[in-house]
Amino acid sequence: MRLRRITDVLIFVLSIVAALAFWEAISRTGVISEKDLPAMSTTFSELWDLMQTGTFWHALLQTARGWALGLGVAAALAIPIGIVLGSSDFAARAFRVPIEFLRPIPSAALIPVLFLTLGTTLQSEIFLAAFGAFWPLLIQTIYGVRDVDPVALDTARSFGVSTFEGLYRIKLPSAVPYIATGMRISSGVALILAFTAELFMGNPGLGQKVNVAQAFGLENQLYAYALATGFLGLAIHVVSTAAERRALRWHPSQRAVTA
Amino acid sequence: MLETKGIAKIYGTGPKATHALEDVSFTVTDGEFVCVVGPSGCGKTTLLKCIAGLMRPTRGEVLLRGKRVVEPPEELALVFQDYSRSLMPWSTVRNNVLLPLRHKRLSTAERKALVAESLGSVGLTRFIDHYPWQLSGGMQQRVAIARALAYQPAILLMDEPFASVDAQTRGDLEDLVLRVREQYGITILFVTHDIDESVYLADRVVVLTHSPTTVKEIVGVSLPRPRDQIATKELADFINLRGHVYRLIRRELTPVTSVDAVPNSGTPV
Repeated sequence: MRLRRITDVLIFVLSIVAALAFWEAISRTGVISEKDLPAMSTTFSELWDLMQTGTFWHALLQTARGWALGLGVAAALAIPIGIVLGSSDFAARAFRVPIEFLRPIPSAALIPVLFLTLGTTLQSEIFLAAFGAFWPLLIQTIYGVRDVDPVALDTARSFGVSTFEGLYRIKLPSAVPYIATGMRISSGVALILAFTAELFMGNPGLGQKVNVAQAFGLENQLYAYALATGFLGLAIHVVSTAAERRALRWHPSQRAVTA
Repeated sequence: MLETKGIAKIYGTGPKATHALEDVSFTVTDGEFVCVVGPSGCGKTTLLKCIAGLMRPTRGEVLLRGKRVVEPPEELALVFQDYSRSLMPWSTVRNNVLLPLRHKRLSTAERKALVAESLGSVGLTRFIDHYPWQLSGGMQQRVAIARALAYQPAILLMDEPFASVDAQTRGDLEDLVLRVREQYGITILFVTHDIDESVYLADRVVVLTHSPTTVKEIVGVSLPRPRDQIATKELADFINLRGHVYRLIRRELTPVTSVDAVPNSGTPV
């Protein structure tokens, strides 16, 4: 068992070291010129330098804010709407066409529209992130509510539990695993779209910094900011996985971890 | 106190309609322990759902204390076969037992007392803060029984409650039900496919025919109480009754070969 743990850690560390070494090597040996792809060490030292500046942290927080507000708005809308559509066959049928029509629209297609309407504002960034994050969460919530065990509902009904109480005591908790999956998917989507809004519409944040670095030919900075965005995504993933574990400690998928 | 009058449940319409229940009538008096047995697929669960007010019968009616049952009555609690689906895995044992009490007009102290008392009577006081999935199958079904008891019903409906636990646990749970019945003085309607179980537990056994289902016979069980897993089952009366119920059901299970085996065919039997 112990040996297995050690090998697990070893594989984890080695894979990272190998990837970084590979990056360093292809740049230093000129397989890809250092102008197109600065070496790993150069990029990390550039990132280190940027981290000493207030501008960097400000940009990072702006992107994080776009992500958080976008995902928040999406969740505040998608979860209640999903519960309604999942609970009522009538509502599901009534809204199926608009949903299936709007859902496949690429979020990036909204950028020109947002340019003309909301402009380069925080609202437009939130709108874009929320639009993209809304759909996976909506669909997951609908399926989650539909999948509630009929025996559990009959149990509640036989004990005189009202429809409303049954909603938050039975339906919602049993949909939580689905909603958690939806949140994980939507979280990634929201970050990508917050970044996209900054990159293409010039909203302040990491995306805008990348755009500026590209315009001025500052490759080192460009990669350093891209790297920072990656780390932001990783941090969000770690935090949300921990939150999911806590919320689902009763669920079979998490029991081995807690018990 | 509980009366079923000509209950019929037909799924679908026309020639494709499935007659799950054809005409089921029996009564359960106050304090009685009545078991319902029948061949598998005879619509036992459908019958129980109609009695519990979870389903409307196509014909006939269920009367509880003279009142027609149209929705789950407050005097009635239900224990399902499938405890793993009926208990909420995200809630502790305490909160599972609290579920039916939250909307009752009770003080916090009264709720606490009911939870403690009912868990005590099924011997699970120590496990109040556990999650259901941390307990064995038999213990989970005891949680479900405690939850039903905490609801303080006048009548307890049990739908094959011990069908998914092992034989030894089953015996223990049967005795537990007999014990809490004495303690709480409640009326029990117990659906099972196990003939031994029905004779061991009941004051009367309602034997059903196969689908389309009617009441084949109501068998009185006058075995002495308290009953004992070994002594009671050794009694000649027990063996006779068991054999009698067995024959009633086996006749239902054998393929229809002669006219007298067809129920309700209009032919005098």
